[in-house]
Amino acid sequence: MKNSHEKVEKNVGLFFLFTAFAISIGGLVEITPLFFQKETTTPVDNLKPYTALQMEGRDIYIREGCNNCHSQMIRPLRAETERYGHYSVAGEHVWEHPFLWGSKRTGPDLARVGGRYSDDWHIAHLIDPRSVVPESNMPGFKWLAENTLDGELTAKKLETFNWLTRNRSHKDENGNPIPLYSQAEIDGAAEAVKGKTEMEALVAYLQSLGHALK
Amino acid sequence: MSSFWNIWVWVLSLGTLVGCFFLLRMCLKNFAGVEEGESMGHTFDGIEELNNPLPKWWSTFFLLTIVWAFGYIALYGLGNWTGLLGWKSSNQGILNIAESKAKTLEYLEKDSGVLVQYDREMAAAEAKYGPIFAAYAQRSIEDLASAKNVEIDFDTKGELTAEQSDLLQAKEALKVGQRLFIQNCAQCHGSDAHGTTGFPNLADKDWLYGGTPEAIKHTVMEGRIATGMMAWESALGGDQGVKEVAAYVISLSGRSIDPELAKAGKAKFAMCAACHGPNGEGSLAMGTPMGAPNLSDNIWLYGGSKRAVEESIRNGRAGIMPPWKDILGEEKVHVISAYVYSLSQD
Repeated sequence: MKNSHEKVEKNVGLFFLFTAFAISIGGLVEITPLFFQKETTTPVDNLKPYTALQMEGRDIYIREGCNNCHSQMIRPLRAETERYGHYSVAGEHVWEHPFLWGSKRTGPDLARVGGRYSDDWHIAHLIDPRSVVPESNMPGFKWLAENTLDGELTAKKLETFNWLTRNRSHKDENGNPIPLYSQAEIDGAAEAVKGKTEMEALVAYLQSLGHALK
Repeated sequence: MSSFWNIWVWVLSLGTLVGCFFLLRMCLKNFAGVEEGESMGHTFDGIEELNNPLPKWWSTFFLLTIVWAFGYIALYGLGNWTGLLGWKSSNQGILNIAESKAKTLEYLEKDSGVLVQYDREMAAAEAKYGPIFAAYAQRSIEDLASAKNVEIDFDTKGELTAEQSDLLQAKEALKVGQRLFIQNCAQCHGSDAHGTTGFPNLADKDWLYGGTPEAIKHTVMEGRIATGMMAWESALGGDQGVKEVAAYVISLSGRSIDPELAKAGKAKFAMCAACHGPNGEGSLAMGTPMGAPNLSDNIWLYGGSKRAVEESIRNGRAGIMPPWKDILGEEKVHVISAYVYSLSQD
């Protein structure tokens, strides 16, 4: 036993291994089991995959860093549910890769923003937030209305999501998984988004948020 | 949670706690073979390591956190065990709203043994605020809005007559309505309800779908998903047609405009009359509230400049009011409607 800690203190590799082991325990207990729980891997009844356009909108949401200021996670607190609606549940997010819960709310939560405002409002708001909400400190994103999508990667994205969610999709009456996207949808993906503006895609994505729990 | 993962959680959690305890005990022992306070026998840059014990306050607190952890587990549970309190923050793992409601009712029962924090909070709020909103809902929108301009000239803390307490209640309802409006409606209609380009002013007397209490409430509850106005450029024979009709529309509210252009536009306006009325008086005045605005009152939803009117005709417009009944519920919509109705009352 005598001064055996010297071995760790004088050997960076060993020290790293022990440290990694120690700090991984929290994750092993709190996170790993969730990958295998029915409660956290079963989609809610009404969960629908994003359409090709919404999927592109989601990527623009990520690209522009919307999730840095907007969360998509309504906590089970009355102060939040009064404002945003029913608290978020795991089954709404099982197809999210990556999930966009966010951790900071400079702007309001967007988990159930779909349907609350008209498309016109979203467009006016994204181009110049202060044209509709004078006290807003959100930046404008007017280039979204100018950029168009080419749809080159859209089909690949849908295929990737089929693969990512292969164990967590809805099941048919025989218990077989139903892939999120059919081959026809994948084949038509590029066509569905080609020439649409990024604005249309982002608004389509925003309007799709929060309808799954019914 | 399956029993494998339940055991996984238990073993790792308790193992860590016990492990921490033994680690602490080991570190409290002096096994260096050096007297306490004496040199460990090496220096670096003139700094010498002494064999000092762990500070007592530190090791005591460490021990206390371990004790705390056991107390915490006992109260709040671990793995599949819900703990002595039966506490949960919310009902997770639900697949639809009906299931959520059913679980709420199940656990709210006195002897369910499960305490769902969120449901308790909501039940307490419902007990407190439910009767207030129910009382507001009992009164008509006109009745609540009529309190708008009545001054309170009595001591609100003293004995109140029935009339006075009714007045106070209505005043309060309008204030609640205003707060709800600011929270939910101001994003489009503005915090003073005066609207902005594309989003109607609710404080004037110009209505798209009607300004009666029933019409306002219906608009908020069900929304107004208009088919909207189509793009007219090709139907009007191109840019010239758009300019002519725009000139005529602008002339309707008495503004000066090239009379020749307006005259040509008048002939084409027949196509617009189906929705906007033969004299541009709007669909509401014709008794079919489909949202086609009055074009003769010099109030412009999408801007009244020549360019803006031309733009509206060229590309069409489709304003949408989302439905709010599922988000806010009827009682809150009732109060908001009373507030909105009161805005256009003198």
